[in-house]
Amino acid sequence: MDSPSSSSAAGLGTVDPQLQHFIEVETQKQRFQQLVHQMTELCWEKCMDKPGPKLDSRAEACFVNCVERFIDTSQFILNRLEQTQKSKPVFSESLSD
Amino acid sequence: MEGSFGSDFGSSGGGKLDPGLIMEQVKVQIAVANAQELLQRMTDKCFRKCIGKPGGSLDNSEQKCIAMCMDRYMDAWNTVSRAYNSRLQRERANM
Repeated sequence: MDSPSSSSAAGLGTVDPQLQHFIEVETQKQRFQQLVHQMTELCWEKCMDKPGPKLDSRAEACFVNCVERFIDTSQFILNRLEQTQKSKPVFSESLSD
Repeated sequence: MEGSFGSDFGSSGGGKLDPGLIMEQVKVQIAVANAQELLQRMTDKCFRKCIGKPGGSLDNSEQKCIAMCMDRYMDAWNTVSRAYNSRLQRERANM
């Protein structure tokens, strides 16, 4: 196979490792960005009253807490779902329904 | 950076694709998409905060409110970004 930098993307079944890595990195970055967008929107509702000349310390602290609690909520949900799945499966894999 | 933005993805005309140029163009498009996302949400939030009953035009107080709101939204976005980043690093450190 050619050196990575010269391989054509038209090659069947072979993905340029440089592009592959790039895709992985950019995908990761986008996941981060999307969550920031989402949390900013949510936390704005909870933490902002009337927009003032600057972000006061109380509002700033609220945003930080909001982010932390959102992540906690997400983890809590995943953990509890994992536990309850063991005893009472919510997402059934059986064919009969 | 060379002219074509959408169609010619790093092809030098000889049919061979240059990964480097593709990556650069993709990065630009991602940045544009993020800016649009930010603008869309900011507009939504600031319209809700600043416009009461819609009048015949944006009066002075509404414009001032929107301007402040934009700045505060950016502050909020940056604060959230920093906080999230810190949390991620903490999680990684605990693994």
